[in-house]
Amino acid sequence: MRVYQFSEQAYYPTWNDHSGSLRVILPNRKCDPRVAADLFHRYYDEYQACDDIGLDIMLNEHHQSATCMSSAVVVGLSVLARATHKARLLVLGYPIGHRPDPLRVAEELATIDVISRGRLDMGFIKGIPYEIAASNRNPVELMERFWEAHDFILKAMTTHDGTFNWEGEYFHYRQVNIWPRPWQQPHPPMWSTTGSTAQARMLGERGYVMATLGTGYGTRKIYDAYRKTYLAKFGRAPTADRFAYLGLVAVAKDKEEARRRGHLIAGYLRTSSIVHLPFRNPPGYLPAEDNARLMRGETPPRSFTKDGRTINMHAAAMEDLIDAGILFCGTPDEVYGQIVAFCEHCGGMGNLLMMGHGGELTHAQTIDNLTLFAAEVLPRLKTYRQPDAEAAAAGVAA
Amino acid sequence: MLQRTDAASGSLAVEGTRIDLIERGEGRPILFLHAENGLEPAIAAIDELAKSAHVIAPTHPGFGRSDMPNGMRTVDDLSYFYLDLLDQLDLRDVTMIGVAFGAWIAAEIAVKTTARLARLALANAVGIKVGDRETRDIVDVFALTEPEYLEIAYCDPNAGRRDYRSLPEAHVLAAARAREATARFAWSPYFHNPRLKSRLHRIRVPTLFLWGAHDRMVGEAYGRAYCAMIPGARFETMERAGHFPHQEQPGMFADKVSRFMEEN
Repeated sequence: MRVYQFSEQAYYPTWNDHSGSLRVILPNRKCDPRVAADLFHRYYDEYQACDDIGLDIMLNEHHQSATCMSSAVVVGLSVLARATHKARLLVLGYPIGHRPDPLRVAEELATIDVISRGRLDMGFIKGIPYEIAASNRNPVELMERFWEAHDFILKAMTTHDGTFNWEGEYFHYRQVNIWPRPWQQPHPPMWSTTGSTAQARMLGERGYVMATLGTGYGTRKIYDAYRKTYLAKFGRAPTADRFAYLGLVAVAKDKEEARRRGHLIAGYLRTSSIVHLPFRNPPGYLPAEDNARLMRGETPPRSFTKDGRTINMHAAAMEDLIDAGILFCGTPDEVYGQIVAFCEHCGGMGNLLMMGHGGELTHAQTIDNLTLFAAEVLPRLKTYRQPDAEAAAAGVAA
Repeated sequence: MLQRTDAASGSLAVEGTRIDLIERGEGRPILFLHAENGLEPAIAAIDELAKSAHVIAPTHPGFGRSDMPNGMRTVDDLSYFYLDLLDQLDLRDVTMIGVAFGAWIAAEIAVKTTARLARLALANAVGIKVGDRETRDIVDVFALTEPEYLEIAYCDPNAGRRDYRSLPEAHVLAAARAREATARFAWSPYFHNPRLKSRLHRIRVPTLFLWGAHDRMVGEAYGRAYCAMIPGARFETMERAGHFPHQEQPGMFADKVSRFMEEN
């Protein structure tokens, strides 16, 4: 298993000073650039520590938000491409359906791949609904734009014999020929995220690494949707390295300290959905049929515990978060056991996206959390034998 | 009645795009282009108009149950769709009425040709940019909660309130599709086409602007500026009505249109 450390790089000092929205409309006068600078340097220090202790690194971006200061993920990638030497750098992700210029994306990511000497993992994502207000891109046809941008970026990264032409539905170029070209051939590994079986089927057909967040013990059905189309396309079961899961991780020598850390990291969950209501579901982001169901008051549950209870991860108690596999929390032995149990539920999960820092967890606590995990949990996860891929896929093949 | 519509299902195919369409009444033809909230809230006004005219009221592509053809994403596209419809039904001397988003479509049609039009009635029309780049002419309705929206769009917010939990599924889906279609066509540039203003002088048929005086989504000054760009256009306000005056005052709306049809 690979483990990628992830932090939202929050500007947490304003978390108790907002008027109902931590995103989109929270005035940026509440952001002190001096405090932001200290936080950025601290977060980069923590990422650099990962490089020394054997953890890989994941970065993301959100916009106009006190929950995540990384608004231009290419900046963090650039800093870390130079400042680290071993860790893989996963961007999960790059919201390419929002970008007016996918040529620029191809250039940025190819450059990061070269500077890092081939350590980039390239995750393209739809982006959460709140990003629409910031980018002002039309939420209708967001995924059509996403796939055209995706096709274009891959073509730009894999065309090496001169310029090519692109006159698509959304993007237009006549002389495309990016310099530099990516280090990894034919291009950096492709990742994406989903919460739906429909999107999982599309990712399975492409064989991309698929990550979920907050799906807990409801993850298996999403993975199985992927397994089914992957198997049909490639004639073999997808191995565990095709699957990724983002979980909060709080580990400490004693259980009480782990709980304290877990509570602070889960500040991410408690704040991430504090958004002015109209920005939560822009028209066209979901299919009209899904919106009609929401208007009728039918809200599908997302997070499930091991025994099948549904929970609201934004407000759930610690024990429920642990039962749901959203938070892995405890002593090293306990955390190892929780992660392995989750992998068994999934039928294999080869990439843990570990939120080892969140919210108000201090620098010292974060470093201790990461170091202890790397020393006492990671080595065992590296040698852990994943469930048999063919056996996991056998049930979905019929 | 029209020869080429399917009266049983109330639908019509135009160049392969199937839309819902209702017809009411007899007499001079009216093409009624509904607002961004769909056709259903316009039925009372259509019934009033049909007392003295033949009203043809399509449901725009993407709204209600009408198809949403691939590649259609601007009001300019919609205007060509309706030019095809006018040709297909061979309508002549048409009084074209548009409300709000529908008035934008009507304006986009009329700047291309008025060959089949006798007159134009636009209510609480959107579609142009009047203020400077940092002044929002039209409130960002996608940044409002439902109660906030009802408060600015209607004189009486109850007129627009819907209990989606008790409405039939088809109505709820139509409301969801109306919201999506509005975003499709009006997200950016927001509720306008930067090119339209410079083309409005081409509208050479008698034109009536109606304006629900309590519209706080788009103000009366915007309406008057818009009206002034169409040669000879007349401006009348409607009391006790907001952004959808046909919905809040269907009788007064039909009376004003009928008088305009008699006088022009």
